[in-house]
Amino acid sequence: MKSTVLAAFFSGALFGLGLAISGMTDRFVVLGFLDLAGEFNPQLAFVLAGAVAVTAIAFRLVLRLPQPVLAAGFQLPAATAIDRQLLLGAAIFGVGWGLVGFCPGPALVGLAGGLRDAMIFVPAMLAGSVTHYLMERRAKIGEE
Amino acid sequence: MGSWAQGLLGGALIGLSATLLLWSIGRIAGISGIVNGLGTAPRSDRAWRAAFLLGLMAAGGIAMQFLPYAPARLQTGSTLILLLAGLLVGFGTRMGGGCTSGHGVCGLGRLSWRSLAAVLSFMATAMATVFVMRHLIGALA
Repeated sequence: MKSTVLAAFFSGALFGLGLAISGMTDRFVVLGFLDLAGEFNPQLAFVLAGAVAVTAIAFRLVLRLPQPVLAAGFQLPAATAIDRQLLLGAAIFGVGWGLVGFCPGPALVGLAGGLRDAMIFVPAMLAGSVTHYLMERRAKIGEE
Repeated sequence: MGSWAQGLLGGALIGLSATLLLWSIGRIAGISGIVNGLGTAPRSDRAWRAAFLLGLMAAGGIAMQFLPYAPARLQTGSTLILLLAGLLVGFGTRMGGGCTSGHGVCGLGRLSWRSLAAVLSFMATAMATVFVMRHLIGALA
């Protein structure tokens, strides 16, 4: 098997393990963090702090390398503009996240773990993503 | 293990995962972006995405069987609200170019202002939504 595929598999496995250990697959733990006026649960803040503490230091070191070890170059997001598309998209995501407490990673892990709620959520999530893709493509064709 | 220690440990593993992916193949570990590219990225750019998601679901799904979580309350959500939420999450993350992992874990780690703006935006609407659902309407999804 190609080493790049293997590296991606192990990264994914580490991510999935982290999500499961962190408790984020329980959407009510997530909702507890978002519920400032109720029984606030700080768990998500620890998860985010743990993750960003690692990436903030390690990304800086990794990005000093001339290139990644198994690829020709780093592929970082090129966009820097804080525009309507970014803020509105994130806002829409937040409404869905706040409705049930699932974001994409934990929902996929929950699906694999056999959570009925995730089995309903994930297909709808994919449909929502495809909907935006099709709308954008249509808008582009309209411009031409 | 206290829940805060569990959170820190799980979070650190997520950070290590993102670091491994960047160090090895130079890609950002944003779950929504990886999923979206499965259908639209060039063919040569799809295998690593499938492998990442396979690892995520296999390891996460297996780990869930050995870790304490509350499965009973995760089997009874309102189908209608779950469907609506799924649609919004899929649409919004594609439109905004990321979710809690891409903009949160990786974007904040890169000290990206753009990602910070996205995180503040989705945190604000998520908290507002929970407030409306739980404290104004009194509904529990």
